[in-house]
Amino acid sequence: MTADTALYIPPYKADDQDVVNELNTRFGADAFTAQQTRTGMPVLWVARERLIEVLTFLRQLPKPYVMLYDLHGVDERLRTQRRGLPGADFTVFYHLMSIERNSDVMIKVALSERDLNLPTVTNIWPNANWYEREVWDMYGITFAGHPHLTRIMMPPTWQGHPLRKDYPARATEFDPFSLSVAKQNLEEEAARFNPEDWGMKRGNENEDYMFLNLGPNHPSAHGAFRIVLQLDGEEIVDCVPEVGYHHRGAEKMAERQSWHSFIPYTDRIDYLGGVMNNLPYVLSVEKLAGIKVPEKVDVIRIMMAEFFRITSHLLFLGTYIQDVGAMTPVFFTFTDRQRAYTVIEAITGFRLHPAWYRIGGVAHDLPRGWEKLVKDFVEWLPKRLDEYEKAALKNSILRGRTIGVAQYNTKEALEWGITGAGLRSTGLDFDLRKARPYSGYENFEFEVPLAVNGDAYDRCIVRVEEMRQSIKIIDQCLRNMPEGPYKADHPLTTPPPKERTLQHIETLITHFLQVSWGPVMPANESFQMIEATKGINSYYLTSDGGTMSYRTRIRTPSFPHLQQIPSVIRGSMVADLIAYLGSIDFVMADVDR
Amino acid sequence: MSWFTPEVIDVIIAVLKAIVILLAVVVCGALLSWVERRLLALWQDRYGPNRVGPFGAFQIAADMIKMFFKEDWTPPFADKVIFTLAPVVAMSCLLIAFAIIPITPTWGVADLNIGLLFFFAMAGLSVYAVLFAGWSSNNKFALLGSLRASAQTVSYEVFMGLSLMGIVIQAGSFNMREIVEYQAQNLWFIIPQFFGFCTFFIAGVAVTHRHPFDQPEAEQELADGYHIEYAGMKWGMFFVGEYIGIVLISALLVTLFFGGWHGPFNILPSLSFVWFALKTGFFIMLFILLRASIPRPRYDQVMDFSWKFCLPLTLINLLVTAAVVLLNTPAGVAQ
Repeated sequence: MTADTALYIPPYKADDQDVVNELNTRFGADAFTAQQTRTGMPVLWVARERLIEVLTFLRQLPKPYVMLYDLHGVDERLRTQRRGLPGADFTVFYHLMSIERNSDVMIKVALSERDLNLPTVTNIWPNANWYEREVWDMYGITFAGHPHLTRIMMPPTWQGHPLRKDYPARATEFDPFSLSVAKQNLEEEAARFNPEDWGMKRGNENEDYMFLNLGPNHPSAHGAFRIVLQLDGEEIVDCVPEVGYHHRGAEKMAERQSWHSFIPYTDRIDYLGGVMNNLPYVLSVEKLAGIKVPEKVDVIRIMMAEFFRITSHLLFLGTYIQDVGAMTPVFFTFTDRQRAYTVIEAITGFRLHPAWYRIGGVAHDLPRGWEKLVKDFVEWLPKRLDEYEKAALKNSILRGRTIGVAQYNTKEALEWGITGAGLRSTGLDFDLRKARPYSGYENFEFEVPLAVNGDAYDRCIVRVEEMRQSIKIIDQCLRNMPEGPYKADHPLTTPPPKERTLQHIETLITHFLQVSWGPVMPANESFQMIEATKGINSYYLTSDGGTMSYRTRIRTPSFPHLQQIPSVIRGSMVADLIAYLGSIDFVMADVDR
Repeated sequence: MSWFTPEVIDVIIAVLKAIVILLAVVVCGALLSWVERRLLALWQDRYGPNRVGPFGAFQIAADMIKMFFKEDWTPPFADKVIFTLAPVVAMSCLLIAFAIIPITPTWGVADLNIGLLFFFAMAGLSVYAVLFAGWSSNNKFALLGSLRASAQTVSYEVFMGLSLMGIVIQAGSFNMREIVEYQAQNLWFIIPQFFGFCTFFIAGVAVTHRHPFDQPEAEQELADGYHIEYAGMKWGMFFVGEYIGIVLISALLVTLFFGGWHGPFNILPSLSFVWFALKTGFFIMLFILLRASIPRPRYDQVMDFSWKFCLPLTLINLLVTAAVVLLNTPAGVAQ
């Protein structure tokens, strides 16, 4: 698909009832139980027996739901506030996205503890593969017909399913950890790659293949990422990416942290994204709480988020050029990042992980003199970007290494759940800041950079242009920063407004409880997706009316991006794989969470 | 003292000179590790090693101490004899080849009448270092690196020899001193043999496995390739070997294309060593600048470039040179 046949993307339609009507017409209204949520999409429960039918129907509708955006589970056993929902011990949800409708739908299936079994949907959406593996890993739900249902986040020797509510969340609830030689050997043996497990042959009639274990410690793997290559000479016959080495259980931690104290954990999901990670989380919590933030908060948040988009893209640019062998530019892009961090530090007090957004606002107001710092940076960067373009991106060796390498088209990208620059480089104009504006992006003027070939080079060009657009947005923030409070005047704003606490006992008590226990969010479900640095990042929150989240599902863009690797890279050379990995722009924390 | 004849004195002096040159080259090679890091840092907006001694110049001493006292680790799965032999070959081949370089009219180790051929032989041998290292390490990354090295060396040595044949035709000799003298009397070969210079420079970079022809070690792809299993002094020998290669190729470029120890237009002939050192230093810097500035082409692109571009270019250059020489030779002289 090229730019000429590009899809028309209509304005975003929240709670799109068209699809509900279509489903009711086809399957009858009694096939579904609708759930009222604040997720901004219809949520329909369907019986397990009809699941495949319903999903296939949605995939094949006119204006189909082309992307399996997310698939995961919930342990419902301890949930108290679920009136009107089908009885369930466990739930698996399928979050589907249609580009042509620009709307989503969520299908949920209830499962009983005694029969945790579902048919696989890998035949409908290939990227269901890893998601189903993760659901099995985390909840022990099996998917009949899945090609390779093994652990993905936890080590192969792991016992138990960590996201179940009866699985302890803290190390102190376990026996002390010890590593004996026997255990170490066992683990190492379990990590050994066995080609037959993956249906690979060790050779053909003429030659043996080499199985090269690239990672988890490899200079170009961008983190603890392992990919096993089946090589014929230097040509990649097939490969198996393996993730999970960076898994910290962020979703589990969310169930043990107050709504407020989880914010710093979000910073570390995409650790290059800084406050950009706070944004979907706080927006989602604010939906639960029903907070509308003042205009100034929106503008400050956008400005800082765009700063982090730039720092993340600069790191991408430097490492990407380094991955194709030029050692110098990375030092220059890091110098630029340093300048950006000077501004970020002056405003937020931190550099890499500011954890600066708050429920209902930001941590504090902009400091005096911030305009000067931001202005300096806005003037500095575009000249440097021109230099990079001239010195590195127009270099014929770099172009020779990346043009036409690891190419995929829009259709493949959507099937594999690719978002962000990887999707836009195929020519599809889908940027959430335009397609589904959040946090006030609709008030800004900027363009969505696109490319047509969808190769490693285009992904880079798109990102460089995105930095220019981010500068444009920051410049608009600088010129039009509204006056007003940096916090919403709402009881659930955290930390709560303190002005009246010493005069008014009720306010004092509320303040005390909110600061010591944390705010109590009304029981409901909410969801927010944003255009993060690496693609679409979202938080799907379930509150059971407590001080902590009942379930926090963090959908990160890098996870599907890595899953796509084998389908793109088969038949290429090892050096192409390195250029491809560089062009994906992933961090393992964003994959494993 | 009857054995103490003038001939013996000559031999002793020659040996002493050889030792001085040997030490000087090794020290230069070792010092280059500091020079390279400082220069790269200069171009990359940072400092580089600047703590030990003036401008960090004694960094090499610190590195040496570290390397000597590091455990001399040989992996249990390696082929021990070949594994140990590889770094020795790496360092010695190109070091021996330095013997043919005439540094000044009076300094130089050997005045061989097959000087250039000797260099080709040694350059051909040096690939065994990489092959041995990659094979004996019993590591897949090392093996891939050494496979790349052998393929690359085969491709680039083919036209490396041919690229210098234009010089041999014009000068009528393989002897380095005669080539230098020919340039002093006529014209530096950089002008008539410009394409020879270009191709020889490219081949020289490839033979020393320097960026962008560092395919065998390609850090981003093969995570150091052939020397991935090496540590301590063995690893250090690979590195010193690489730097000696740079010095050697730079010295050859100066000798073959830039008039050796002569200054431009034969000014200040008494400063022969200074001229030689200045010119060689310039090419060494060029090697480092090359590393700082360009990306690495893919392995098959490197091969394409060799066979489809450089080889035809050298052949054309050779044919044209031969034709011109033939045309300019008075009738009856050519046999």
